[in-house]
Amino acid sequence: MNILKFFTAGSVDDGKSTLIGRLLYDTDSILADQLEALQQSNRKNDDGTIDLAILTDGLRAEREQGITIDVAYKYFQTEKRKFIIADTPGHIQYTRNMVTGASTANLAIILVDARNGVVEQTIRHSYLVSLLGVSHVVICINKMDMEGYSEDVFNTITDNYKKMAAKLNLQDITFIPVSALKGDNIVHTSEHMPWYKGTSLLDFLETVEVTANQDLHYARMPVQWVIRPQTEELHDYRGYAGRVLSGTFKVNDLVTVLPSGNSSVIDRIEVFDQLPEEVTAGMSVTLHLKDNIDISRGDVLVNSAYLPQRSQLIEADLCWMDNKPMDDSITYFLQHNSKLTKCKIREILHKVNINTLEKEETHEFKLNDIGRVVIKTADELAFDLYTDNKANGSAILIDGRTNLTVGALMFRAVVE
Amino acid sequence: MSKYNLDYLDELEAEAIHILREVAGQFEKPALLFSGGKDSITLVRLAEKAFRPGKFPFPLVHIDTGHNFEETITYRDEMVERLGEKLIVGYVQESIDSGKVIEQKGKNASRNALQTVTLLDTIAKHGFDACIGGARRDEEKARAKERIFSVRDEFGSWDPKRQRPELWNIYNGKINKGENVRVFPISNWTELDVWNYIRREKMELPSIYFAHNRDCITRNGQLMAASPFLNMDEADVVTHRKVRFRTVGDMSCTAAVESEADQIDDIINEISASKISERGARLDDKVSEAAMEDRKKGGYF
Repeated sequence: MNILKFFTAGSVDDGKSTLIGRLLYDTDSILADQLEALQQSNRKNDDGTIDLAILTDGLRAEREQGITIDVAYKYFQTEKRKFIIADTPGHIQYTRNMVTGASTANLAIILVDARNGVVEQTIRHSYLVSLLGVSHVVICINKMDMEGYSEDVFNTITDNYKKMAAKLNLQDITFIPVSALKGDNIVHTSEHMPWYKGTSLLDFLETVEVTANQDLHYARMPVQWVIRPQTEELHDYRGYAGRVLSGTFKVNDLVTVLPSGNSSVIDRIEVFDQLPEEVTAGMSVTLHLKDNIDISRGDVLVNSAYLPQRSQLIEADLCWMDNKPMDDSITYFLQHNSKLTKCKIREILHKVNINTLEKEETHEFKLNDIGRVVIKTADELAFDLYTDNKANGSAILIDGRTNLTVGALMFRAVVE
Repeated sequence: MSKYNLDYLDELEAEAIHILREVAGQFEKPALLFSGGKDSITLVRLAEKAFRPGKFPFPLVHIDTGHNFEETITYRDEMVERLGEKLIVGYVQESIDSGKVIEQKGKNASRNALQTVTLLDTIAKHGFDACIGGARRDEEKARAKERIFSVRDEFGSWDPKRQRPELWNIYNGKINKGENVRVFPISNWTELDVWNYIRREKMELPSIYFAHNRDCITRNGQLMAASPFLNMDEADVVTHRKVRFRTVGDMSCTAAVESEADQIDDIINEISASKISERGARLDDKVSEAAMEDRKKGGYF
């Protein structure tokens, strides 16, 4: 069994929380005591049924306001798969939370209200999904019950969406007509829409392939920690511990250490008490090299046949996440995997109006702004472009004055 | 399934090891909070996988309410002996004796709330800048909102509105002096994942997790172990039951469930079929709808 991570996006009243609640409820993932708490709550639908949306609103302020203000993570499991849901708020001021949820997701569910069709929010959310490179997108056209379960309504919205999406770089798009409130096509296929020949949402989530886009060539392992017991019997033990970001490493592979550029050969691989011949993306491992070279946290081990980019000047998409606007006169910290270095914003190339997707000239970056910048780092980075390798093509910015995470960076080009 | 597709337990394990190594790499004085429960026992196993054959780059820290199940303390001491790692214990009794907290009175008295003060004092005394804990997001709705690196201010407080966004697998551990970070490597695990992992790894657990005979009383609809730590009176009728515990906490607030499950397979079957959440057996969560949120804001881990 493997794990699918997904998140939901949509406007405030498109029914995201209801959809998640419905998925949990109809897969029998809500336990009796939680259900009892739900039934005792004052929030009910007009017809007296339980308001499933409150399952996802965990904070007092959220229950008071009836909206979701921060990313919450939900878990459920069927016989086929485990699911991790990042429940991200749809409200415009929470773009940063959506970017947060999307950064680790394999799949995005975008809700469209059948009564309203494709609206600005839909474009905005689709843009973010495209920017973050989420592999699969499911467009759930919700509230079909309020449009008489009309096939025409579904087809019109689907066509409109495809026209809009042509401007974006979305890879795999699936359309499903649903009613989260009534449970149509969420877990069970709906009897109300015999014209729809596709699967229910859950069927789709259970079967979508999640590893197809995994690149096996870019073998990268940032060193997190050097294991050196320094005991008598393990006097010469020196293991480089880290998580394989991408690709595979095999015993006898020629590897290069960056930034030093020194090379060596993998002598043995340890995964605790196992000695596998080969390890692959996602695994936390310990590598041993044939030669004794100087390697410490922040260095990255890569397959010598597929070297990453190396530069101090990088063009990147930036999503600004802090209330305090970006200040290009100060120095920020940049964290790229286990590497921490200082950096400056050298130039703002443009900002994207995420409602129209137009590029705009600007001199400032405020909360939730997204655009392209040139950054200059104090140390050379060994990175890949985000489109080639998300794990080694992303970084965060930290404001040294507040220690807050203020920006998300996706590397797009090396500046010559 | 391709060979490059990790099984879910492998993926959860690899993520947790990555997080533990980030703690080691980013902080000066981390600690691993150890309660003797299955979640912190799992953390210890993950720490072995992250750092062996080296030593742990942190001590284990137990906040001892003084109202423990004896089996838990026995287990703890044997485990520390086997591991050869350092254990630091913070005693709630010391906080009471020094007048920093006052023991609750009445039938439902518990030391559970008091341990927050002892925890914060222990953190301050040793200057810990990161405390690794075994909390999971599936436990409770306020926990579902918590980051893996959860920054606490100098009062130990959690402010859900001021959380740092956590992107990709990059964790920002930068803090000011006096602040500390609570780190939750098994955030993405569910109760069932933990049990499946314990089975896979053939880990030993304190015996109270398995069905055994015990004197119990019924209080507020929950089955509690009869003990000197419970303020009992004539109204409390002691009965002998076959029970086990789903969580290990203070004896005065951790309820038992009737069970015949004395093998790990039986426990997994029982949990899979159960319709009551794990936290349903914790009286401390039932005080109000926001009980956990409020305790976390106060510095609880």
